[in-house]
Amino acid sequence: MDATVTTGTEESVWGGGNQPLGASYGKMMMWFFIMSDALTFSGFLVAYGFSRFKFIEVWPIADEVFTHVPFFHGNFPMYYVAFMTFILIMSSVTMVLAVDAGHKMKQNKVIIYMFLTVIGGLIFVGSQAWEWATFIRGDHGAVETKAGKILQFVDAESGARLSLADFAKTLPEERVKHEKSEGIWFVGEGYKTSFSLNEVVEGFKANPNVVIRTEQLNEEGHKTVLDRAQSLTQLSHAAQVVEGANLVHNEYGHRLFADFFFFITGFHGFHVFSGVIINIIIFFNVILGTYERRGHYEMVEKVGLYWHFVDLVWVFVFTFFYLV
Amino acid sequence: MAHDHKLEIFRGLLKFKSNTQKIWGVLVFLSIVTSVEVALGIMKPAALTHSHLLGMKLLNWIFIVLTLVKAYYIAWDFMHLRDEKTSLRRVIVWTPVFLICYLIFILLFEADYIYNVYKDGFVTWNF
Repeated sequence: MDATVTTGTEESVWGGGNQPLGASYGKMMMWFFIMSDALTFSGFLVAYGFSRFKFIEVWPIADEVFTHVPFFHGNFPMYYVAFMTFILIMSSVTMVLAVDAGHKMKQNKVIIYMFLTVIGGLIFVGSQAWEWATFIRGDHGAVETKAGKILQFVDAESGARLSLADFAKTLPEERVKHEKSEGIWFVGEGYKTSFSLNEVVEGFKANPNVVIRTEQLNEEGHKTVLDRAQSLTQLSHAAQVVEGANLVHNEYGHRLFADFFFFITGFHGFHVFSGVIINIIIFFNVILGTYERRGHYEMVEKVGLYWHFVDLVWVFVFTFFYLV
Repeated sequence: MAHDHKLEIFRGLLKFKSNTQKIWGVLVFLSIVTSVEVALGIMKPAALTHSHLLGMKLLNWIFIVLTLVKAYYIAWDFMHLRDEKTSLRRVIVWTPVFLICYLIFILLFEADYIYNVYKDGFVTWNF
């Protein structure tokens, strides 16, 4: 209405004159995106919590799953993930330093810090790829029962985990791969394990010092180790050999653990990857002097917010997947 | 606006001379917290794994609290929420916090209920 139109619109609240939140449009939209993304990640993590509380007595122990460090042999629980966390926090720091240098209009410093941030991100994505590969390849191998429970093998005296290769017999049997022409209702076979179920069972019977460890957690929070007689009963329910993990079978324990691992760390890894791409674009813009001409480095600040958010999510993933 | 930084953390206990210095200070703090987490995770002190609070191991509560502490410093200092207007900060922080708490409450209670159904029901799940 004419009566409401005055010359003072720049100053009035309804005219959009002032800035109640004191942030530019772009920055605020980045914050709103981050909020919605935070809710997506919380949805995933809470779903993980849901499944874990549902199967609280059989959930795999993360320390026993992630025990590898590249170029080193042996049992190093969590060291590598801790290293990855440190890399990501470090690249977050170089990002803040880039933003800080941007405020002071120091182009060369922004270039250096953006470059370091991209390198940190690449190291992290590479580490995650390695972590996935190790997880998929598997460690000791296990047997899955008809009910879908995982049976792992341990030494009866020392309680140390045994790999299938440590005791399985090599039998002169022919392993025929299931072909499409053989079945009315064809189900693809997926992968072939290094030992057949029969070889594992025969090897188990021949080695009296091997016993079975079930998924069930006992009072101390360790996996239950059965005696020899119980082990043989359990093994009679075995349906197949499992090596490594995928979306259907998981040698480390409950299959949902692998599903959530792939889904959550995968979604996070995708965020890191896209963050690296965006950082590279901004990095070249800085080199070309785009922001120098624009007069401010707010774009660096905005991608910085996204990059820190990725770090923030990792802090939670690290806790709920590897620590708790 | 964003050019004047608040340079003190821990409620003024620690004051830094410049923004760059504050960033390194926060990095040191975050690294210490992460090292404590990893050390506790590897050692798993029996005193903490055998005592429970609200149905969860004390150790897990410590991890969650330390995570929230880390999240606070990442959001406040790296994402410089500390330098933003109070109104923006409240919009950004309290909306998700409320929704996430709601979701956690509902889903974890439901999960515990299903756990009990599986446990006490007359159906065996290990056949």
